[in-house]
Amino acid sequence: MNDILEIKNVVKRYGNYTALNGVSLNIPKGCIYGLLGPNGAGKTTLIRIINQITYPDQGQVFFNGKPLAPKNVGQIGYMPEERGLYKSMKVGEQALYLAQLKGMDKAEAKKQLKYWFEKLEIESWWDKKLQELSKGMAQKVQFIVTVLHQPELLILDEPFSGFDPVNANLIKDEILELNKKGTTIIFSTHRMESVEEMCEYIALIDKSNKIIEGRLIDVKKQYRNNSYQVGIVPHNVEKLMYDLTLKFKVESADFKSLNNELKLNVHLGDSTSNDLLPLLLQNGLVTHFTENIPSINDIFISSVQGLTPNQF
Amino acid sequence: MKNLFLIIKREFINKVRNKSFIVMTILGPVLILGMSALIAFLTKMNDAEVKKIAIHDANKYIIAQFENDKHTEYVDLSAMPFDMAKEQASQSYKALLYVPQVDSVQQVVEAVQYISDDSPSLETIFSIERKINDVVTKSNIEKLHIDYKKIDEAKANSELKVLKFSGENTLKGINEIKIAIGSLFGYLIMMFIVIYGNYVMRSVIEEKTNRIIEIIISSVKPFDLMMGKIIGNSLAGIIQFGIWAICGLAIMFAAHSLLGSSPQIDQAQGMIDAMQQQSPNSFDKLNLYIDEILKLPIITLLVSFVVFFTGGYFLYSSLYAAIGAAVDNETDSQQFLMPIIMPLMLGVYVGFFTVMNDPHGTIATIFSFIPFTSPIVMLMRIPFGVPMWQIITSMVLLIATFFGVVWFAAKIYRVGILMYGKKPTWKEIYKWLKY
Repeated sequence: MNDILEIKNVVKRYGNYTALNGVSLNIPKGCIYGLLGPNGAGKTTLIRIINQITYPDQGQVFFNGKPLAPKNVGQIGYMPEERGLYKSMKVGEQALYLAQLKGMDKAEAKKQLKYWFEKLEIESWWDKKLQELSKGMAQKVQFIVTVLHQPELLILDEPFSGFDPVNANLIKDEILELNKKGTTIIFSTHRMESVEEMCEYIALIDKSNKIIEGRLIDVKKQYRNNSYQVGIVPHNVEKLMYDLTLKFKVESADFKSLNNELKLNVHLGDSTSNDLLPLLLQNGLVTHFTENIPSINDIFISSVQGLTPNQF
Repeated sequence: MKNLFLIIKREFINKVRNKSFIVMTILGPVLILGMSALIAFLTKMNDAEVKKIAIHDANKYIIAQFENDKHTEYVDLSAMPFDMAKEQASQSYKALLYVPQVDSVQQVVEAVQYISDDSPSLETIFSIERKINDVVTKSNIEKLHIDYKKIDEAKANSELKVLKFSGENTLKGINEIKIAIGSLFGYLIMMFIVIYGNYVMRSVIEEKTNRIIEIIISSVKPFDLMMGKIIGNSLAGIIQFGIWAICGLAIMFAAHSLLGSSPQIDQAQGMIDAMQQQSPNSFDKLNLYIDEILKLPIITLLVSFVVFFTGGYFLYSSLYAAIGAAVDNETDSQQFLMPIIMPLMLGVYVGFFTVMNDPHGTIATIFSFIPFTSPIVMLMRIPFGVPMWQIITSMVLLIATFFGVVWFAAKIYRVGILMYGKKPTWKEIYKWLKY
């Protein structure tokens, strides 16, 4: 019941093509949820189902525990990947129009708009037509339009595409702030670094199926392989390598550092780091010691290629 | 419902505020006036030109019949030898009418020649032939020793009185008026559908190219959006037509008070004068005309106009909306527009050609039932008196088809608005229906 959104066995077909094949997801209230997947995996279809733009052929979607209904559109904010606004309409007018379509009262919408325009310092744009604005400026308006009606659930499809780094940062901060205030956020993106940085939960969809779902940390734990990155200035290289290879699997590693040391990847197998460390200390000056944590990018690529956690 | 209203409002305001719409609204009447003035001017210019035709008629058989009039001046070159006359005519006259020196007037009919480098208009030929025929006929009559006056007396001039079985008088010319009224309504509907259907289509394409469509349909149902567009644009259209109608009336009144009388009224006056000369009871006749127009099923006509207008416009503009959704830009829309324009054109042509000849004939009747042509054809038929059951059946068919087509268009619309990048084929659109 703590899930704002519960997707159960959703199937969607277009003719002979199956876009979603029995996908189930649980999105906890108040989290930032990363929806990942290669192009054509079915992310957009899933998002459109949540937005009630299309409907599932089978399965159900629950919003706050109740079946998703038309009245829920006012509680959801959606910024699609293919986005834009009316070019020949004034900024203020069209923001008001879109807010009213979401069920907002006109006076309330005006108040909220004013708040956001002041916050992003764009008050002077109210009477400008969208075609007079630059692309970055238009993106700001786009963001405001998405969040204006104070949605409980914010769905952002590739939110940073088209933003310059300054604006992308600005929007990122706004998103985090909204999240702090309790808004649940679904991110659909290819930008792994922002997933890594912002998302608490992730789900990976590939070829119409869900492959991975869970808390980011749990997923990473599942995919870690108990290997450590070691930097060492050895007394005697041959002895060190002899001692190490006797007990562990060792590969050369590559990481950035300021020293001219030996860089190794050591797979511990069933041992722990405490078994490795004394061995290293005997044989030289340890400059670097850290666990190899799989990045989302690695997990993404390897799962799409069909590898299971153990093969990683 | 609230969203539908919001969409209608936006579409309407957006359309009405649009610069090209304002310009068209103002310029429309000016353009029409200018065009009519230009046509009138050109016709006058054409009339003002005097043609000079030379005649070589050495025996003076027919020359007396050719008197100068407003448009033609006849010059007698009979005094010259034919060769010289021909030479001169080719240089300074439009044509030479050559009557060879034959033995009798009767032979003129066969021998007469019209010599000119440009081929004469039909009107010119008929007028010359008539004049020659008159001369020869008269001569023939005299030759047969018949009293010409007696022939005139013997000539009968029948005048068919047209009545209804109920005994009321009807007027022969009234059919033209009925056709004019019916055609006006039918034509108006066609124009409206073509112009504002296109606006609907463009508005759909605009939302697609602006990429705002997905944002909007995450808030409203595609069906509401489509209907909002259709209604909003039609309201703008009605305003535009209304302004034009008011402008037209104002200009007519202004012209009337400035010039004393407008050209049309002059013409009407002329007709009345002519009628007065024709028969002594012409005033009764005029009254009959007025009676007859008032007796047209005006209420039926107006109600039908509203129903067929709304039905026809909604039917077609939902198709326009579906096409707008299926394509990415206006250039791609051409191949899909053809099947829409065809039935409209068919309606107008069937209306003009068959209804005029036989308002209750099989073809006219059939086409006034087919929903895609009925708004035009039925309205053209109604002034001639169509049984109520036919009108109602046609309306029911139209409305039923409207719902079917809207359902079909909404399906295409729903899928089409989210498709980008490629030009769809008919086959693909057919597949969308099953999504």
